[in-house]
Amino acid sequence: MKSLLALLKDYWGILRRPSVHYSLGFLTLGGFVAGIIFWGGFNTALEATNTEQFCISCHEMRDNVYVELQATIHYSNRSGVRATCPDCHVPHQWTDKIARKMQASKEVWGKIFGTISTREKFLEKRRELAEHEWHRLKTNDSLECRNCHNFDYMDFTKQSPRARQMHSTSLAEGKATCIDCHKGIAHKLPDMSGVPGW
Amino acid sequence: MKLSVLPLLLLGVFGLAVATDYPLDAPAPDGRRAGGTISQSLPTPAIANEENKDLKRERNYPEQPPTIPHSISGYQVDANGNKCLTCHSRAGSARSQAPMISITHYMDRDGQPLAAVAPLRYFCTQCHVSQHEVKPLVENDFQNIDQLLQGEAANAAKP
Repeated sequence: MKSLLALLKDYWGILRRPSVHYSLGFLTLGGFVAGIIFWGGFNTALEATNTEQFCISCHEMRDNVYVELQATIHYSNRSGVRATCPDCHVPHQWTDKIARKMQASKEVWGKIFGTISTREKFLEKRRELAEHEWHRLKTNDSLECRNCHNFDYMDFTKQSPRARQMHSTSLAEGKATCIDCHKGIAHKLPDMSGVPGW
Repeated sequence: MKLSVLPLLLLGVFGLAVATDYPLDAPAPDGRRAGGTISQSLPTPAIANEENKDLKRERNYPEQPPTIPHSISGYQVDANGNKCLTCHSRAGSARSQAPMISITHYMDRDGQPLAAVAPLRYFCTQCHVSQHEVKPLVENDFQNIDQLLQGEAANAAKP
């Protein structure tokens, strides 16, 4: 313990001492350039994991949820605007995104140990996985939906009478959020027994 | 000389057989596939929109399963869940103000009341269907009971 303290003290000494061989200009510029490279590299790697191509590079996603998405309006529609996996499943703001990415390290664990490596395993775990997403969207007031579907710009006159009725009351008053009613719009639902409203 | 005539003769006979007085490429039967001939490829008709007016339609007879007056595209109805019932079930209809499914849907085939929707009645689109904005393919001269009775009364009034 004492030797460790002495070692740390030595290093602290080196850090505190002014540089002997390198100029101040080299150190500041070098630090700046290295910072750009490391930060840029980190962000590039982060963005690479934030693409649909990355998600469906695993068969768990490609053969289950991605196939289901393809039949829905969020994949194929008249105007050709579509949502990719991270649009709905990863927060767009940086801090929230990092938080979600740290959570996702659990998914790497699941991948390594094959938690949902077969269709049967996936179906068995589906309710739990779905509940995670419902909970996330419920607690952040369906933020990922609202990234595109902004309440302020909804034209109720263009909506069907039922949609108008619900959106102008429950949604407008904040009593309900998107996910309360719109579960299973992009993927098939698990066994819904016991879910409120089902 | 003789040998060279034979193929020509055969060809002539064959040609007579083929030249029938009716067209081989017959017109397609009228009805669902209007126009064109059997071998002709016609462009697929456009897929019509689902009617989405939310206005109850008249039933032609009291027992008729009511047609669905709204779009049901993407509604999941399977062993895992029933999207229709989120609004039309006993508990859901108050919240949604949608008509509740009738009491018969909570009975088994012996008329015994059940706690939840009978499995017999679970798959809504077996009886209830949405309607599309299309011209009917065939004419329909169905008369409902009111029209029949009116007709009869009119006939009876005639001397």
